[in-house]
Amino acid sequence: MKGIDYFAPPRLEEAVSLLRRYGKKAALMAGGTDFLLRLERGLVQPGVIVDLKKIRDLRGIKSNRAGLKIGAATLMDEIASSHLIQTRYGILAKGAAAVGSIQTRNRATLGGNLCNASPAADTASPLIALGGRARIAGAKRVREVPLEEFFLGPGKSCLQPNEILKEIFIPSPVQRSAGSFQRCTRTAMDIALVNCAVFLSLASKGGVVQDIRIVLGAVAPTPVRVQAAEDVLRGKNPDEKTIEEAADCAAAGVRPIDDVRSSASYRRAMVRVLTKRAIEEALREAGGEA
Amino acid sequence: MARRTKRIRVTVNGERYEKEVSPSKSLLDFLRMDLNLTGTKEGCGEGECGACSIIMNGKLVDSCLILTVEADGQKIQTIEGISRHDRLHPLQKAFAEKGAAQCGYCTPGMIMAAKYLLDHNPSPTAEQVLKAIAGNLCRCTGYGSIVDAVLSAAKER
Repeated sequence: MKGIDYFAPPRLEEAVSLLRRYGKKAALMAGGTDFLLRLERGLVQPGVIVDLKKIRDLRGIKSNRAGLKIGAATLMDEIASSHLIQTRYGILAKGAAAVGSIQTRNRATLGGNLCNASPAADTASPLIALGGRARIAGAKRVREVPLEEFFLGPGKSCLQPNEILKEIFIPSPVQRSAGSFQRCTRTAMDIALVNCAVFLSLASKGGVVQDIRIVLGAVAPTPVRVQAAEDVLRGKNPDEKTIEEAADCAAAGVRPIDDVRSSASYRRAMVRVLTKRAIEEALREAGGEA
Repeated sequence: MARRTKRIRVTVNGERYEKEVSPSKSLLDFLRMDLNLTGTKEGCGEGECGACSIIMNGKLVDSCLILTVEADGQKIQTIEGISRHDRLHPLQKAFAEKGAAQCGYCTPGMIMAAKYLLDHNPSPTAEQVLKAIAGNLCRCTGYGSIVDAVLSAAKER
């Protein structure tokens, strides 16, 4: 770690031009809770650190009729404790609250959690379930990518070398919609063995599922939507059998690995349990009679 | 590449400092080595154990996962800054009275986490205390006496 230079530009354009100037030597940092670990371990050896925390455009939670905008450098704890997010986008608040300790949530940012592209990121599954979109700033323009297309593999996102994640946009939830976030883990501080986010909407009357997204984390190289399981429920008034069928479908649709935290087969079993729980809770919250 | 340093200004426990620091130096090392404030401990150095907990601009953070340069312009409080004129903070007194420190290594971080909790929630439940110290590991006490101490300090205040 010799001779690292450090910049904390106040404007997004300056950060982008620093990236252009230093190319591969530059590393972006927001909260630093993951980045500084990698720096310490020598896994990254940047010549220049570009700290994004001073950039106003990257901070804060704003809502209008279309939906919610969250700046990429907004703190996890700001998201977890935002009344607006708790009430309108509850599964995101729960995901953010599940990240690390309060010490971590007071530094870590939403954008950092996403750009690290961990398959177990606890904000990724809720955001994909909510139909979230990433707004990415480059040298010339801002492009928008659905979050389900943002992740390419462990540690890999679709960000190009000169790009910076600017904000996340979440469309306003429709009438009679609700979600659920479920997670299983060994201890309070550990990353998820499996997480599951469900967001669904019901038809204007009765219990027919109009639309649904089921997203699973830590069971594939990226967070994944299990569309086959969604298809089981869409257009139906689900009873217990249908919900179990969907949960089975989710378990069949993931590719978990064995690692120090859990075996693949345990993860698959937990996918079934968490998916069922999440669907049931979301149906209850949305006003169905599951 | 030439070694670069950056000039920073920080306020630590009410005192202002202006120093030249290397951009790769952790805030924990800065507090301990440059300012001689060795109350803040290094446990894991990876943000898992909370022994290095401090309060920066009103937020509880792990100082091992912060670069000193990031603290430029910030206000920092460490364990050395919570007593007043040699009078112990109620949490410090309660930890001593309840035997909440055994080897003592986690204690400074634990007290900072507890202080952050009481600053935001003056009368927490035992469960809220446990949640608030989830980021602080103690290998000795089993946490029971720590929770007792925090609850008793909350009553004192």
